[in-house]
Amino acid sequence: MQSFDFVALTPEIATAALTLILLAIGMLIPAGARRGMQPLTVFGLLGILGYILYDLFYAKMGPAFQGMYFHDQFADFFKILFLAAALLVVLFSGAYIQKLPAYRGEFYALLVAATLGMMILAGAGDLLTLYVGLELMTISFCILVCYLPNNGGSCEAGLKYLVLGAAASAILLYGISLIYGLTGSTQLAQIASRLGDNLSPSLILATVFLLAGFGFKISLVPFHMWAPDIYEGAPTPVTAYLAMASKAAAFAALIRVYLVTLESQSFAQAGVALLLILAALTMIVGNLMAIPQTNIKRMMAFSSVAQAGYLLVGVIAESNAGVKGVLFYAMIYVFANAGVFAVIAHVEPAQDSDEIKDYAGLARRSPLAAAVLTVSVLSMAGIPPLAGFVGKFYLFSAVMSTGYSWIAFVGFVMSMVSVYYYLSIVRVMYLGEGEGLPEIPVYGAAKFTMLFAMLITVFLGIYPTPLAQMALTAAKSLVR
Amino acid sequence: MGTTIVFFIFAIMAVAAAWGVVTSKNIVHSAFFLALTFAGVAVLYVLLNADFLAAVQLLVYMGAVNIMVIFAVMLTLRGDVKESSLETKKWGLGALGAALVFIMIALVILTNADWRIPAQAWSGQGSALAISELMLKSYMVPFEAAAILLTLALVGAVILAKGVKESK
Repeated sequence: MQSFDFVALTPEIATAALTLILLAIGMLIPAGARRGMQPLTVFGLLGILGYILYDLFYAKMGPAFQGMYFHDQFADFFKILFLAAALLVVLFSGAYIQKLPAYRGEFYALLVAATLGMMILAGAGDLLTLYVGLELMTISFCILVCYLPNNGGSCEAGLKYLVLGAAASAILLYGISLIYGLTGSTQLAQIASRLGDNLSPSLILATVFLLAGFGFKISLVPFHMWAPDIYEGAPTPVTAYLAMASKAAAFAALIRVYLVTLESQSFAQAGVALLLILAALTMIVGNLMAIPQTNIKRMMAFSSVAQAGYLLVGVIAESNAGVKGVLFYAMIYVFANAGVFAVIAHVEPAQDSDEIKDYAGLARRSPLAAAVLTVSVLSMAGIPPLAGFVGKFYLFSAVMSTGYSWIAFVGFVMSMVSVYYYLSIVRVMYLGEGEGLPEIPVYGAAKFTMLFAMLITVFLGIYPTPLAQMALTAAKSLVR
Repeated sequence: MGTTIVFFIFAIMAVAAAWGVVTSKNIVHSAFFLALTFAGVAVLYVLLNADFLAAVQLLVYMGAVNIMVIFAVMLTLRGDVKESSLETKKWGLGALGAALVFIMIALVILTNADWRIPAQAWSGQGSALAISELMLKSYMVPFEAAAILLTLALVGAVILAKGVKESK
């Protein structure tokens, strides 16, 4: 009888319990008295976040359940990221959720359930666990994306996400079954030891299938077609959470599978060539397609495609520095996105529009929102005093030290291109007149979220050391 | 020899029925073809001595899932059932792509000599016992996560179905 490792699973058990508690409260409490759902979710998530911070620094790490689950700093880092993202989303979307026609309580439960799926994904030491975590995340998102029943765009987005997500899952499963056939195991560590230096065509096929499955979630370029429609149609908090956390979760899985499992001399050559092409395509297409967009959510969709390309550059470096870059950038991307989407979620209900031209004069109508949006997009563009610059510096310097300088060059050029479309929003906000558009002051939890996201973005740009140190520890904890 | 013949009979039946699922114009016929596919796969499980899996396949997939599909079709269908799935006519390009992918996968799989999981029948005692041990011991984490996944899928189904009703 094996012992049950409670410590390794405590955050997941707590998150699952929070999901079920939120579901039960949503059913038991009368519809008029559900104002407490948001604080309850916030405090629940804060509690779990606090526990993981304790776990990160003081708990005894190691694989749990005979290697079925990883309990290491890498998983903890990503769990902190997901919980921070969920907290920020819940905090800034209180007003948005109050306006939903129905099922407000279930919204929080589904959001927490998606977080649980991501946490399982980050800790998975086995392809089956990984797959179930991925599906838990995807199914929760499917429901969340079509949460506006009277809105055609939301329903269309939900259906697209469901159908395309199912196709991507099928391809991923096929890849997993090929890997199982080749190695006789679904455990990452065992797969790694059994593959050895053997590079057969079937392994390449399996890898391509796995990459396609993850590539869909990350929105790498040949698999990015879903992103614009779904980012535009989904409720804004859901779009925010998709961009912030679901991408990072898929990167956690990709890094584990790619760097832990498929790391072999012969494989590295073919795999790196494939990833280099995908990363270059993703950065170029994402940034160029973002330029002509007139809808801010659509533009953020293409911008998030481009960001996935930058993150993939860090994976290509295949070093501790590269993984550290990915972790650091994924974390600051959460805060930059929180700033942008908090503003969108604030502006959208007030003037019923996501068009960039309707952000005209926002600097006068809502100075704080305009400032936060400016800082956030400049951080994404990688302008020096902000966190995005440091993140890109880590990513590109890591890949340059491994000899693939041209991909870093593509990244530099495309970052400069991105400055153009990010600044076009800033120009509209500060130079546009915006006559006839309402004054929309920010208050309450949304104000706190915006200020917090902006402060973190500025702070980590000036003093990145603590987070970089944490990311490096997490990168080193990956089993190689 | 006998098992090979049985395998090919039911494998061909499963594939032919899957063809029927995709091509038939009446969506209820598609659902019945789907049941036939499930049955064919169940026989393949029996050939591998996975008797528990075969029973689950028959009871859950053919018995429950398929009947539910047919109920859903009956309760939601508007118009003539004979022309309920007309999109199946446009399949030229899809067929070409699928054929190319199929040839590629078949080539890769047939040329690979080093499979660690040979297609051999289960030789232990009691496949239900073995499966339950796996599910509740080593695969406990994904098993429990799947339970939460199903709960949420149920919640989501209710939310989506009722949401559409309210909007009318």
